[in-house]
Amino acid sequence: MDIDLMLKVYPFFLEAAWVTIVLSVLTAILGLICGTLGAAARLSRFALLRFLGAAYVSVFRGTPALIQLFILYFGGPQIGIQLDAFEAGVIGLGINAGAYMTETIRGAIIAIDKGQREAARTLGLSSWQATYKVILPQSARLMVRPLGVNLNMLIKATALVAAIAVVELTYTAQRYIGSTYKPFEMFLLAGILYMIIIYVTGRGVAWLDRKVQIN
Amino acid sequence: MTEQTHFVEIRHAQKSFGALEVLKDISLNVERGQIVGIIGSSGSGKSTLLRAINDLDPLTGGEIWLDGVQVNKTLPHRQYEKHINEMRQNVGMVFQHFNLFPHMTARENVTMAPKLLKGLSQADVDKLAEEQLDKVGMLERIDYYPSQLSGGQKQRVAIARALAMKPKLMLFDEATSALDPELVEEVNLVMKKLAEEHMTMIIVTHEMDFAASVCDRVLFMDKGVVVEEGPPSVLFKNPTQDRTREFLRKHIEGAS
Repeated sequence: MDIDLMLKVYPFFLEAAWVTIVLSVLTAILGLICGTLGAAARLSRFALLRFLGAAYVSVFRGTPALIQLFILYFGGPQIGIQLDAFEAGVIGLGINAGAYMTETIRGAIIAIDKGQREAARTLGLSSWQATYKVILPQSARLMVRPLGVNLNMLIKATALVAAIAVVELTYTAQRYIGSTYKPFEMFLLAGILYMIIIYVTGRGVAWLDRKVQIN
Repeated sequence: MTEQTHFVEIRHAQKSFGALEVLKDISLNVERGQIVGIIGSSGSGKSTLLRAINDLDPLTGGEIWLDGVQVNKTLPHRQYEKHINEMRQNVGMVFQHFNLFPHMTARENVTMAPKLLKGLSQADVDKLAEEQLDKVGMLERIDYYPSQLSGGQKQRVAIARALAMKPKLMLFDEATSALDPELVEEVNLVMKKLAEEHMTMIIVTHEMDFAASVCDRVLFMDKGVVVEEGPPSVLFKNPTQDRTREFLRKHIEGAS
């Protein structure tokens, strides 16, 4: 194993790791927005919104994220959507992650005993007031861990955007293999950096989870 | 007929869940200050009737009137929601499983709704919490979370929470059924205190002794109908219907 080579290319990988981190953060934000809207749609009293929410989840969880990215990036221009690779990566992965987060958020909301909503409503709270005063504060506690799992998956899924030439960790590893012919070292280095990112994120999620628990 | 003369008026209440008819043409009047007990075996429809009064389980037929206003009137969704939210502010409800908000202290449980819906100041809200929790004997636990309280204490906080909205009517849905026997009395005492203050109450209960001691009238329900009703002295001592006798015999034997 060529440790010297790894140390030599390491700064370039670190730069690429930043791209992966930025990509992950933006994807997570978009995913949370899509997931919140998706969950709201799935729990709506309007049948059409419930249908659209369910359709969103089954389409984006039912097809490979890579195909979704290819359709958006390569197929997009055909239907008038012009995105650079980074934008397509964030939007494609964000919408995909949102489908998983929809189910996470919905699950955490329906897990709250229905007596909680009833108690709030009998005091005279509107449906929305009951949701944000009584249901969501309790659901939020249930959401942290599973959203952490979604985040973990999402960070690893950012490797897919190498396929549309976003210069992040995986793409950088591939590029250095082209010039060094050392795939073991290059992929190992990328793997180590992914693991650090995921480890730190996991610690953050665990901290947040402890922080939001009641007593 | 639309004119309303009683404080609570239930007219021809009918409720079906699909093919299952749980309330069959029930009519009932309650006067201001009256305490009405509803007894009956599980599945008799007594909880459903209680929950229809504040529209938690909307009726499929019939009318509910409260203090001159029809509760279940036909309105477009938004207007209906507004109407029902206003109406529910006048009706306190106490549940079998307390349904306290676990993420709020006793104080916050009591003040959340008045603060949000009546726009009270922090000082008013603090006074209200102390007043209501003192009334149920829970003042010293004002900043405890529900998880730190016993079942009886939780139910007393839940009663204070309902009272904090200054309701005109209180509904009790088997308020002591989920409690350990030694915790029942403390909740019953709070309810007796309310009775002495002439709060109008409708109480669904399994406790015959309690119903006998606080209620002005007791209704016996079976299979979605009111089989028999009367003052507890009559209903418990000299029931006229076989079904009532049968129920009371089982219940009093079972209890002793």
